[in-house]
Amino acid sequence: MPILTRWFLKAALLYLLFALIAGIVLALPAASPITGFFPAYFHMLTFGWLTQLIFGVAFWMFPKYSPANPRGHEWLGWVTFISLNAGLVLRVIAEPINATTPSALSGWTMVASALLQWLSGVVFAINTWTRVKER
Amino acid sequence: MPRLSVYLIRASLIYVVLGFTVGGLLLANKGIPYLPALWNLLPLHIEFAFMGWMVQLTMGMVFWIAPRFSSDAPRGNEKLSWAAFVLLNTGILLVVAQSLFGANGFALAGRIVELFGLAAFAAGNWKRIKPLETTSRS
Repeated sequence: MPILTRWFLKAALLYLLFALIAGIVLALPAASPITGFFPAYFHMLTFGWLTQLIFGVAFWMFPKYSPANPRGHEWLGWVTFISLNAGLVLRVIAEPINATTPSALSGWTMVASALLQWLSGVVFAINTWTRVKER
Repeated sequence: MPRLSVYLIRASLIYVVLGFTVGGLLLANKGIPYLPALWNLLPLHIEFAFMGWMVQLTMGMVFWIAPRFSSDAPRGNEKLSWAAFVLLNTGILLVVAQSLFGANGFALAGRIVELFGLAAFAAGNWKRIKPLETTSRS
């Protein structure tokens, strides 16, 4: 298993753990102390866990790009990993803050988060496209 | 990788880009509001990310790696699986049409078409969910 896949899968498992803890916190009967946290919780599950797991396994198991570069442009894979996780961490921090005490800082942090997450998907698609081929 | 898996997975890659684009616009708009009507695109984000990306990618992977038969039809009834590809994507486009153009009834029709698509995929691959075939040495 390539190093990048290990990073993807371990990060995905951490997000699953965090999401399940967040789910417990959100279900507590006390008044909601973390308003606006539900979307971040949901995206930790669908994006941090599921999508990241898919990205990691696809990078590992899809047909080889070429004998010299079996996994395509590996640096694009690292860009995907870093932008996905940086974007999601920024979201998890900024979105609840912006929901309770909106400010230019939290707002623009969400914009940066959106750009980073978008970048991760586009770069993944570019690097994976040519590996999806008939034998 | 069989041709149908190439189609399914490449389509899912298109949808991951579309889903992330709409999602990015929604999140940015939540941070710095610039177009309130953008929130109406939430159903598109969900449709692209869930049905277009995750479900379709899963179908492509299953069609590729599920156990095959040692017969003339190693991947089961391929016509049903091809029908699933067409129906799923038709359904997604119908759902999207309602969100974008307010075409009444299209979302319902789209969901029904998606259901038939997934049923066709399940029927075409049902028997492939089995233990690997082994060669006996008797």
